[in-house]
Amino acid sequence: MKTQPLVIAGRTFASRLFTGTGKFSSSALMEEALLASGSELVTVALKRVDVADANDDILRHLGHPQFSLLPNTSGVRTAREAVFAAQLAREALETNWLKLEIHPDPKYLLPDPIETLKAAEELVKLGFVVLPYIHADPVLCKRLEEVGVAAVMPLGSPIGSNKGLMTKKFLQIIIGQSRVPVVVDAGIGAPSHAAAALEMGADAVLVNTAIAVAGQPVAMATAFKMAVEAGRLAYEARLAAPVAHEAVASSPLTAFLDM
Amino acid sequence: MSFRPVFEAHAWDGVKASIYAKTAADVARALAAPRRTLEDFKALISPAAAPYLEQMAQLSHRLTRNRFGNTMQLYVPLYLSNECQNICTYCGFSLDNKLKRRTLSSVEMLAEAAVLKDWGYDHVLLVTGEANQTVGVDYLEKALQTLRPHFAHLSMEVQPLDQEDYERLIPQGLNTVLVYQETYHQDDYKKHHPKGKKSNFQYRLDTPDRLGRAGIHKMGLGVLIGLEDWRTDCFYTALHLDYLERTYWQTKYSLSFPRLRPAEGLLQPKVEMSDRELVQLICAYRLLNEEVELSLSTRENPAFRDQVIKLGITSISAGSKTNPGGYAVAPESLEQFEISDERSPAEIAAMLCRQGYEPVWKDWDAALA
Repeated sequence: MKTQPLVIAGRTFASRLFTGTGKFSSSALMEEALLASGSELVTVALKRVDVADANDDILRHLGHPQFSLLPNTSGVRTAREAVFAAQLAREALETNWLKLEIHPDPKYLLPDPIETLKAAEELVKLGFVVLPYIHADPVLCKRLEEVGVAAVMPLGSPIGSNKGLMTKKFLQIIIGQSRVPVVVDAGIGAPSHAAAALEMGADAVLVNTAIAVAGQPVAMATAFKMAVEAGRLAYEARLAAPVAHEAVASSPLTAFLDM
Repeated sequence: MSFRPVFEAHAWDGVKASIYAKTAADVARALAAPRRTLEDFKALISPAAAPYLEQMAQLSHRLTRNRFGNTMQLYVPLYLSNECQNICTYCGFSLDNKLKRRTLSSVEMLAEAAVLKDWGYDHVLLVTGEANQTVGVDYLEKALQTLRPHFAHLSMEVQPLDQEDYERLIPQGLNTVLVYQETYHQDDYKKHHPKGKKSNFQYRLDTPDRLGRAGIHKMGLGVLIGLEDWRTDCFYTALHLDYLERTYWQTKYSLSFPRLRPAEGLLQPKVEMSDRELVQLICAYRLLNEEVELSLSTRENPAFRDQVIKLGITSISAGSKTNPGGYAVAPESLEQFEISDERSPAEIAAMLCRQGYEPVWKDWDAALA
């Protein structure tokens, strides 16, 4: 059964599962898993690839027509460094799409909202399609939307933590008021987390660690594909409301109406 | 702000006694804790934790794999000089050790670099002794400028410098500095460093603070295991790390745990650390800190390295030479210490692949800083 396609910056995606390329035990396994995931947008860290090398091991395995590259700025600590890295990525990887990540804190890799907003504003002016990685902060999402980002990527929980949608309440607010697509990025540790994000109306999810570090990454990538499809289908089909279990036997507040 | 007051609030004998007083119940509590404290760490490095080693190893393996994935970073040392004005009782480059002294020129550095590039390396660690007249900040700056176009990531393990020196070198591509305290036991430190600038314990202890203030991207800490009681020394390393992470929160950290190796005519270890104890330490570090990088050098033997990399290690070296010119220019010169794992980088990479790890040669880009 077909669901609505996702459109970001004029480009249509059949798959709402975006993926990362880190932590796999080999580039060949990465390629196989990402193909199985159906993912069409694949993020790759500029620092991991050798853009001067035409035979770079990671890039060589991402050449399939299914994949569009989403370079990311992982490693930068300031807006200035991010803008510089973005320009290098655009030139080397021949795409103006960018996952903007500025996490000056190397321990939890939590994004710096101030530097991210500054960099996003400048990068949009420079013609980039900017997808910023941010905390699940509804006001920041609106501010980023105002400077012209193509989507927002709030985190579910810290990167690589597999803890799921710890920020659920805030994601709901963001989804409820966003005018650009919302991609839940970071912390999604199981297909059920991904399904839950899509069910509540997130436009897409980005998953890396949960696939790369799974016992069988290819099978797990397939599981995520199915979960994302199921979650979106459920969202479009509209979930039945949960039934309240507290039965109301008498009606002390409205009984007077029956008198 | 500095580490000194924190350090002074922890007297050696008291720390040591409290580690050795830890019980099985303390270890069990530490293992069950969702986020572990320095007191938990004491329990995990204590003799009481020995029976829990398998449990610690499984936990450490799982935490490391989740954070760092199925990958292993590769780096290699590039010795630039063996000139040294210090006397260190355990080091082959010690001033009182008779050997031919050599400091590489830029041309020689590039010849060495060409070999390392050929092996696939993109991350290189520059190493020197301490000879400020010939191998001072000017020389180090020149070395960084010479090598920067050829490597994605440059680290240094050289004499401690002043903050403004670091501030001068960082824009030249210096990403990481390793500075090992050797031992946190002040009297023993004096015994092992009787002469030279290195004999100043406090200046060395303050070095990570100077690096942090200078805004270094990453720093590496550690002690030389064998000089003093390793459990106590490693507690201080953890204490230092804890202070630094809170203070210089934008800096990344790595830990090493070199065991004293025999070097020509020098000191034998005062305290021997068994393989089992080293594994205990590696796992304890990981259980204390899920994010810190743990590095294992070619000091350790192949059979041990092949097993232990799974238990918390995130970066290893291969093909290392510990003499200046050792790769191309002067392969026969005297080494700083003996290497135990002489396998080539290609052999190490193949071993990693067999174990399900992707060898990572590049994880930084000169464009990022």
